[in-house]
Amino acid sequence: MSAATSSDARTPVLQIHGLTKYFGGLKAVSDFDLTIREKELVGLIGPNGAGKTTVFNMITGIYVPSAGSVGFYGTELSEMPPFAITRLGIARTFQNIRLFPNLTVLDNVRIAYHPHAGYNLVDAVLRNGKFSSHERLLTERAQEFLAVFNLEDRQAEIARNLPYGEQRRLEIARALAAEPKLLLLDEPAAGMNPAEVATLMELIHFIRDRFNLTILLIEHQMRVVMGICEWMSVMDFGEVIARGTPQEIQANQKVIEAYLGRGAAALSQKLREKRTHAA
Amino acid sequence: MARRLDRNTVLFFGGALVLFAVVQVLISVGVLTDYYSNILRIGAVMAIVSLGLNLIYGFNGQFSLGQWGFYAIGAYAAADLTYRWKLHDASGVAVLLMVVLLVGVALWGLGRLLSKIRGLDILSAFGLYLVAVFAAAVVGVRLGGLLTGPLTSVLTALPAGLASQIVFFIAIILGGLVAAEVAYLFGLPVLTLGSDYFGIATLGLTVIVKVLLDNSDTMFGFEEMKGARGMIGIPHQTTWAWVFFFLMIVVVVTRNLLHSSEGRAIISVREDEIASKAMGINVANYKTLTFVLGSLFAGIAGALYAHINGFLHPDNFNFIRSFDPMIIIVFGGLGSVTGTVTAAFGWAILLEGVLRLFLPSGFETWRFVVYPLLLLIMMLLRPSGLLGGVELPFLKQLMPPLRAAAKRPEGAKGGQA
Repeated sequence: MSAATSSDARTPVLQIHGLTKYFGGLKAVSDFDLTIREKELVGLIGPNGAGKTTVFNMITGIYVPSAGSVGFYGTELSEMPPFAITRLGIARTFQNIRLFPNLTVLDNVRIAYHPHAGYNLVDAVLRNGKFSSHERLLTERAQEFLAVFNLEDRQAEIARNLPYGEQRRLEIARALAAEPKLLLLDEPAAGMNPAEVATLMELIHFIRDRFNLTILLIEHQMRVVMGICEWMSVMDFGEVIARGTPQEIQANQKVIEAYLGRGAAALSQKLREKRTHAA
Repeated sequence: MARRLDRNTVLFFGGALVLFAVVQVLISVGVLTDYYSNILRIGAVMAIVSLGLNLIYGFNGQFSLGQWGFYAIGAYAAADLTYRWKLHDASGVAVLLMVVLLVGVALWGLGRLLSKIRGLDILSAFGLYLVAVFAAAVVGVRLGGLLTGPLTSVLTALPAGLASQIVFFIAIILGGLVAAEVAYLFGLPVLTLGSDYFGIATLGLTVIVKVLLDNSDTMFGFEEMKGARGMIGIPHQTTWAWVFFFLMIVVVVTRNLLHSSEGRAIISVREDEIASKAMGINVANYKTLTFVLGSLFAGIAGALYAHINGFLHPDNFNFIRSFDPMIIIVFGGLGSVTGTVTAAFGWAILLEGVLRLFLPSGFETWRFVVYPLLLLIMMLLRPSGLLGGVELPFLKQLMPPLRAAAKRPEGAKGGQA
């Protein structure tokens, strides 16, 4: 808990209390608590099916929680439609990339910039001066985001035709174009090789500093988050089973059990004891 | 803002003007008989309806079979106005003007009001809208009655030809607006349905409109519409110039809309609704906007159609004909403006012109065998449609040039279209 408690001075960005979601009789998430403070980089980890993405979907308004509250800078989100939540400053990426597949790379990013476009339907149809100046501005802005992700030369490419890694980067670029304060990344490293993962982690660090972001990251490969998250929450079967710094989590018996199963956990415990004895 | 008139714009409007002039001259000289100019006007009308549907289905991804219903609403609404004016009665114009105005204000006002209330379920909202619309319509009819006298005297003071053209123009606009308002009201509950269910619900609308038109004289007292016997005596006012004018407006509006942030929002809904919501786009609003705009185009097209033959029959608005604009946009290429316009003219020319003339006499009805066959072959050879993904340069979205990339040593190579 040390990392979480040491940063108490910073303003809380996201405050989740008792968040619960039932799908029929299935309890996907139960009594989930989480507080994230400004500029933190937090991991939400757990085995497949632990309920991590469900938490994301409740934060972003895609699911309505069965119980509990989600506060973003003091505003209650749990009854809001998704688009309004995004406009408050929460953007996300998806586990199974959801780009606008038949649109160009540039348009993918420009769509995210839409709430800040600054002109309306009438301006658009009449093509007046307001339209032209704002449209040029937002295009330049979108190109800046593409440049950060090294996708500038790809602007005319159809999103669906990009290689996998570039699609992932484009999705993050698009999320940033929505100008969020809190960025939610759902398994950004899925399907990447170790070298790509390393670059991605660097990139996440970089964008946090560059855009002044608070980041919540879902991952089920523990290795990935260990390197970059300040602290993390571990979920299993819809419940938080542990919380702490990467070191604390690595040593946590419950976490090892959740990942490897009880028998294997016992085995690894034995192995560790043997090793310490030997040393 | 630099270079307001680029080459593509000049070429597009120049080309359009030449096309218009050539056809107009051919009609005036009499090379194109009424029969052929009829086909061209029908083609243009179909292009307008189909562009509306292309917005709804091709760009917004909502499978709608209601387009023909809105077309019918526009046709009958406009026909009634000009028919009455032919008998020197401006009551149609006055009443519909007031009703459309007040209903519009009611819908807009209530929309603003209800957007502040969170958690209102869709059917209660719909109920409130219905009440407001009904009240506004009743007041509109009263006010329209008061306006009839003065409006009639103003219009009769004008030269007869000019007055009838003005009434015709107003009738087209009002026809479109009535269709748009009905679409807004109808779309409120129905647009929340998923795609297939939405298709069936809109098909229901077309069926309802047809049945109402069958009984327009007995149920609603519109004697002049003559119910299932068909409305006759509508002035033949739709000239090539009128349809071409409206077609150009619809094409330019569609193009300007699509190449803006609003248009991209509309398209993002088709691409991925969830991602679009997650990007801060109010999906429900954009579905409504597109549906209303598409129906506005349908209403305008209907109004133009009513004044081509001067005859309207509810059978023309049978639900099965909802598939005509659907076929046109799929054939032309979903999401292609150029393709839609081409296919609409092609459809009219093929069905009424080429096939009718070239099939041996007595086999005219075989064109309904030949045309589906062509459609089948087309779909097998080019599933993306005739001009899927192809646009005239003016209608194409241009890629902006790359930023003068100061940080990048190789420098900006300039954008490509």
